[in-house]
Amino acid sequence: MLPNAYPARFIGLSRTVVVWLAILTVVALAVALPWALWLSPPDYQQKDTIRIMYVHVPSAWIGLMAYVLMAACALVSLIWKKPLADYLARAIAPIGAVFTLLCLVTGSLWGRPMWGTWWEWDARMTSMLVLLFLYLGYMALSNAFDDFTRGTRAAALLCVVGVINIPVIKFSVEWWNTLHQTTTVFKKQGPSMAPEQLTALLLMALAFHLLFALLVLVRTETEATNARLRSLGALGTD
Amino acid sequence: MNRRKRRLYFIALGVITLLLAGVLLRAGMEGNIVFFYSPTDLAEKGIESGKRFRVGGLVEEGSVEREGTSLAFTITDGLNEMRVVYTGLVPDLFREGQGVIAEGRLDEDGKVFRADNVLARHDENYMPPEVADSLKETGQWQHATPDDTGLPKFLKDHETPDEARP
Repeated sequence: MLPNAYPARFIGLSRTVVVWLAILTVVALAVALPWALWLSPPDYQQKDTIRIMYVHVPSAWIGLMAYVLMAACALVSLIWKKPLADYLARAIAPIGAVFTLLCLVTGSLWGRPMWGTWWEWDARMTSMLVLLFLYLGYMALSNAFDDFTRGTRAAALLCVVGVINIPVIKFSVEWWNTLHQTTTVFKKQGPSMAPEQLTALLLMALAFHLLFALLVLVRTETEATNARLRSLGALGTD
Repeated sequence: MNRRKRRLYFIALGVITLLLAGVLLRAGMEGNIVFFYSPTDLAEKGIESGKRFRVGGLVEEGSVEREGTSLAFTITDGLNEMRVVYTGLVPDLFREGQGVIAEGRLDEDGKVFRADNVLARHDENYMPPEVADSLKETGQWQHATPDDTGLPKFLKDHETPDEARP
């Protein structure tokens, strides 16, 4: 490991940002959760089941966004060999995986009462499951080698290749006949959702994104510290 | 610097190749990752009886007949329709005008679809009950269009004009 592998400036900055981010996240969640899960109106046909959507949709957005971010870091790491990009990518993986899992689980819980099924192998659901496996594959591969750098390199390659799945997920509901409904918010004619429900959704999305950023920064510092300890021989091979 | 540049070109080439592979894959799979067929698909392609598949569309208004736990209804996509018979429970969202997907087989004569499972489709519209009620009261409520059947591909192929919807 090179002596400059520890991104001291980034970590210093991130420690300040984390404090503010933590406060903002708590405030945003404190507003968004009761708003979406309790105060916002029910849906005309789903009734209160619509509230699952306020967790499901932001989780899905983060699942996709996190993967693109991770792949960008992986690409930077492959080309310019920036250690910080490795730490970021490794930090993002489990968080993106958890949000993707949350999306799949809430989707299943919603699907049972609304569609009449827990799971169907339609294009949207299958491609989202592939996304979860890509996250898990990245995590497994990045830790599969005794040599930290080799593992990171192999995993980064997998991650970049996996980007092909992102447009497939996004457009699956337009390219193919699916059980899953098509997009509501990013529609050409504008969102087909009542404003009071859209507000709840966007508030939840904001809170989830803040939470995501917070978790990534904290985990990045952990990854950087682990790498430093590893270079000092304080951590065994992992 | 030189090695770095070479690596950059190598990766760029790899990414382009992958994108190309993806595009080709998608073009190749076109029409194969079909979760369900519309009645028009069935009329055009023709599927032999006995093969298991799914048919989807809107439940035609006034077409539902119930007898005990059995029911019969017509699935329409605006152009063609398919009569479905089914015995069992249907999801809460099942009703006339709703997007549904029935899973099963065609009868021997190919006229009636015998479903062993019926799924409801949810469209991409969300609103509070009061809004829905007031739209109905003021007569602005739009009945489900073929758009709501969840047949985006079907619509693209047949170019149904976009209608103003609630």
